[in-house]
Amino acid sequence: MSNWNKLWRNSAVRLGCAVLAVLLLLAVLAPWLGTFDPSAMDPSFISVAAGTRGEVTLPDGQTLQHVFWMGSDNFGRDIWSRVLFGTRVSLGVGLCTAVLAITGGCLLGMLAGYFRPVDAVVMRLVDGMMAIPAVLVAITLVAMLGASLPTVILAIAVPEIPRVTRLVRALVMGLRDEPFVEAARALASSNLTILWRDILPNALAPLIVQGTFIAASAVLTEAILSFLGLGLPADVPTWGNIMAEGRVQFAQSPGNVMFPALFLVPTVLAINLLGDGLRDVLDPKFSKRA
Amino acid sequence: MLSFLAKRLLATLPVLLVVAVAVFMIVRLTPGDPAAVIGGNSATSEDLDRIRAQLGLTQPLWQQFRLWGGAVLQGDLGHSFFMNKPVVELIAQRMEPTLSLAAGTLLLAIVLALPLGTLAAWRMGSWLDKAVMAFSVAGFSVPVFVVGYVLIYVMALQLHWFPVQGYRRLEAGVWPWLHQLILPCLTLSVTYVALLARVTRAAVSEALTEDYIRTARAKGITELAVLTHHALRNAAVPVITVIGVSAALLLGGVVVTETVYAIPGLGQLTVDAVLNRDFPVLQGVVLFFALAYVLINLLVDLSYLFLDPRIRY
Repeated sequence: MSNWNKLWRNSAVRLGCAVLAVLLLLAVLAPWLGTFDPSAMDPSFISVAAGTRGEVTLPDGQTLQHVFWMGSDNFGRDIWSRVLFGTRVSLGVGLCTAVLAITGGCLLGMLAGYFRPVDAVVMRLVDGMMAIPAVLVAITLVAMLGASLPTVILAIAVPEIPRVTRLVRALVMGLRDEPFVEAARALASSNLTILWRDILPNALAPLIVQGTFIAASAVLTEAILSFLGLGLPADVPTWGNIMAEGRVQFAQSPGNVMFPALFLVPTVLAINLLGDGLRDVLDPKFSKRA
Repeated sequence: MLSFLAKRLLATLPVLLVVAVAVFMIVRLTPGDPAAVIGGNSATSEDLDRIRAQLGLTQPLWQQFRLWGGAVLQGDLGHSFFMNKPVVELIAQRMEPTLSLAAGTLLLAIVLALPLGTLAAWRMGSWLDKAVMAFSVAGFSVPVFVVGYVLIYVMALQLHWFPVQGYRRLEAGVWPWLHQLILPCLTLSVTYVALLARVTRAAVSEALTEDYIRTARAKGITELAVLTHHALRNAAVPVITVIGVSAALLLGGVVVTETVYAIPGLGQLTVDAVLNRDFPVLQGVVLFFALAYVLINLLVDLSYLFLDPRIRY
């Protein structure tokens, strides 16, 4: 049975994919789903309850009939609009972080696994980095570089790199002495060619699985950073930022924290389910180990 | 045993060195004059001159590292110009709440996760097993602060069982201290219970297939004794290993939990340090947490000796 068929028969993968597809649709179609500019503030609709209807005045003077499905925050911004546009940020951060961390970890891991002299140095660096909690590394990097979309993505990706490096190193060491690699060496392929053409494709499956888990934890970490006030600038609509603003008046309107959470939790859950399913299908050896 | 301890301590040196270099570089890699970065917005120009002399900023980088490292080894983590206090003093003040939270969380997680994981492994495929497995996926997908706010909403605002936020020092009495600590610990333990229950389940289910389990059952001892004395005991090593590896997760979670519950610990110190761009404090805290991580893993390695008599160092 092909891997695609096996994937499709896995219920975790199907559920994860379905939830992610819905989220992706919501993110793309956000402007047409009863939203307006997520940063627009209307002082006459400050902290209104979920379901309030009314005529909103936009910054350019236009007015429109609007339903505040999830209420508004204490600046008079529509939570529903902010949550939907926040989907774009969260999914984007998750994807970019996974790609960045996998790429970085791949480069380091292949160096360490394939070239013995580099190994000791890279692995000591990795061990040292892993001793610092990921959230602290991210916080520190944001403090150093300032908060913007690229720096936040970088800050979340960097603490994930050591784990990817370890994984890739182990995979490469296992593959390094395989007959097909020796054959390639006998054919006088350069090291770079061997790594790229013979070793990388064989390490791809565990990397895809790992990338999925990184994306899930990146979505969480972005929300945590924003929630602590150390992530993306407060005017950017992200789930973490909405919750950070909502926590001041949590006792009066818990919805401002809970509505973004209703999006955040299923998103992370869906990516994790997808990862579990992918692991069972693509990397059966690992799934037995865990 | 002693030679093992010496070797193991020696092996932590490169890790600590890498951490130290990373922490040292925080200030050097931040754009701007390192003296101004360390002094922050509240330093005077005399302060800045003093910092420059202290750090030896005119000397080569490795000399600067030697100066800084020497000071750190003597317990001098620098001076917070924002709070106008030595960093060591600030960390010492904030230690109790953080240690209480971390220790309480770990304890709670072990008490909850070990029985759950063992029972799930014992009756694999049962509704309890399915519930534990579902929880262990879900526990990893819910951010700590969402758990915190749900618990605050239900347990504190609706049921009034616990105070909403804050921290009571241990010297105010054990019960007030514990009462304020239960919700934060419960919050932070969710991720941990998810992780530990999963590992316990896997380890116990593997142990249950061993011959000695059949022997134990054949001897006619109770199922409870089989599970606790034979299965769980042999599952201890992987479980403890995971506790060590995920210590970073715990320490990171502390930062978030303290913010949710307004606990004046090291986590809040970290967040405040970043918001105020108070780099000496940030350096101190990162160093402290990394040291804690190394220490926890050292203890984990030593605990193998007691958990598995076959292991001899």
